[in-house]
Amino acid sequence: MSTTLRNLLMAAVLALLLAPLVVVAGVSVNEKKELLFPPRGFSLAWYGELLSQADWLNAMKNSLIIAVFSAALAVSIAFPLAYFLWRHRVWYAQVLFGLGVAPFMLPPVITALGFLLFWVNVGLYGNMIATLISHAIFFVTLPLVTISLGLESIDRQIIEASTTMGADSRTVFRTVVLPMVRPYLISGYAFAFVLSLNEYIVAYMVAGFTVETLPIKIFNSLRYGYTPVMAAVAVVFVLVAILVFGLIARFGDLPKLLGAWSSKET
Amino acid sequence: MSIAQQSPRLREHAPLLYPAVMLGIFFIIPFGTMLAVSFFHRVEGAFYEPAFELSNYARFFSPFFGRALGFSLLLAGLAAVLSVAIAFPFTYALTRLRRRVQVRWLVFILAVLSLSEVIIGFAWATLLSRTAGLSNILVWLGILDQPQSWSPGFPALLLGLVYVGLPYTVLVLYPALSRLDPELPEASRMLGASPLQSFFKVVVPVLRASIVSAIIMVFVFNLGAYVLPQVLGRPQHWTLSVLITDQAIFQSNLPFAAAMAIFLMVVSLALVGVTLMLGQQRRAAR
Repeated sequence: MSTTLRNLLMAAVLALLLAPLVVVAGVSVNEKKELLFPPRGFSLAWYGELLSQADWLNAMKNSLIIAVFSAALAVSIAFPLAYFLWRHRVWYAQVLFGLGVAPFMLPPVITALGFLLFWVNVGLYGNMIATLISHAIFFVTLPLVTISLGLESIDRQIIEASTTMGADSRTVFRTVVLPMVRPYLISGYAFAFVLSLNEYIVAYMVAGFTVETLPIKIFNSLRYGYTPVMAAVAVVFVLVAILVFGLIARFGDLPKLLGAWSSKET
Repeated sequence: MSIAQQSPRLREHAPLLYPAVMLGIFFIIPFGTMLAVSFFHRVEGAFYEPAFELSNYARFFSPFFGRALGFSLLLAGLAAVLSVAIAFPFTYALTRLRRRVQVRWLVFILAVLSLSEVIIGFAWATLLSRTAGLSNILVWLGILDQPQSWSPGFPALLLGLVYVGLPYTVLVLYPALSRLDPELPEASRMLGASPLQSFFKVVVPVLRASIVSAIIMVFVFNLGAYVLPQVLGRPQHWTLSVLITDQAIFQSNLPFAAAMAIFLMVVSLALVGVTLMLGQQRRAAR
């Protein structure tokens, strides 16, 4: 491709990806409660409403609690599994790895329905715990993949050297493995956190009528008429995602993380 | 620290215990339950009762299900081909950029990818609406007489789906394209090919298998669309994903919903299996 053609193509894709975001940002600063673009007047009142109206505040609180804890739970499941699989490539650990990756590959509605049936039977349908655990299992793929990648990048010779110098496996884990995979632990957590924040269908099917998260709240408001607060939430979500992924890129190796996201491609 | 291969002793299995228990309880049991319920008998007014009947699966042969299935496959396929057609040349261009610029693009693409389907549906509904939409710009330019509403409808739905699928497609193609040996297109240029010729006659054929797997992966991804058909489409544009949720939550027909979910899972797993096999063949060929 020639340079002109390439620049033209990239500009076109950028325009396509930005168009809806620009309009939403514009809508969010309308002065009156109208969906107008270009916006009439300029007001940040809708962002204030997001932080002051009880129902939006409640949805935000739910979303944050679920994202913070489900991402932590996902990492806590993924780390020991990835660590074991790195040390022993046995088939049953690989099957578990496959189970961890599966929900991410399938249309989410399937996993969502499985969780719905499960929580109904357990009696926790409609409880926040149900959403939290479901998200942790649903997003376990992300830390599983990033942590495995981090472990793979450790030079086995360093491990051998420390073992020869007399370190037992616990010491090796604490002084060599843990510091080297820490960035991958953090990025796995961050991916799971952002995706949990944005997830709709699992949260809806498992507890949508009682535990309103921000995406559920937006979808419900879509039915009862627009309010610029929805646009304000959308802008906040875009900014949070850019901030989090920007931080991952700043402190980690983003191209490498993504190059291995589908490591089968080699 | 033992280096792989030799089978681990029992005591060394300790780290495996907790993930195995968690995935067993919260993943295997839900899927097992779903499989079982798909054979259960629906009870009006309640949920279901244990039974073994195939009537839930028999409903697949009804025109109602056939139409939804046909439409879902058509929509997902069309959107997948469009996404890859745009994303492939784009990703190729992206991987030729300097690393710093690449990282900025990747951050932006990840941010769009992580956005909730709800937010994207809302954004496109606004962009295609009469009051705040693109048509106002066309009026301003004198192309249209008055602003029009372009949503809901099939073009709006297809556009929304391509928008959701595009960042995913870029990330699916990124590894293969970023590992493409830059000497290949360079060599063809030295032999006198124009940039476009070298792209279509060298880059595309070399990565044919990656393109096919990308189309399949994005197709499966698109099958999961749930919010967009409701926000940007009309009721006749409901996909299997919407239908499953509707049966489960609003019609309280969990057995039929479960049977449809199992069906969707088998189709998706088969397709993912094909792409994995394609990947392995490629590795073997090297």
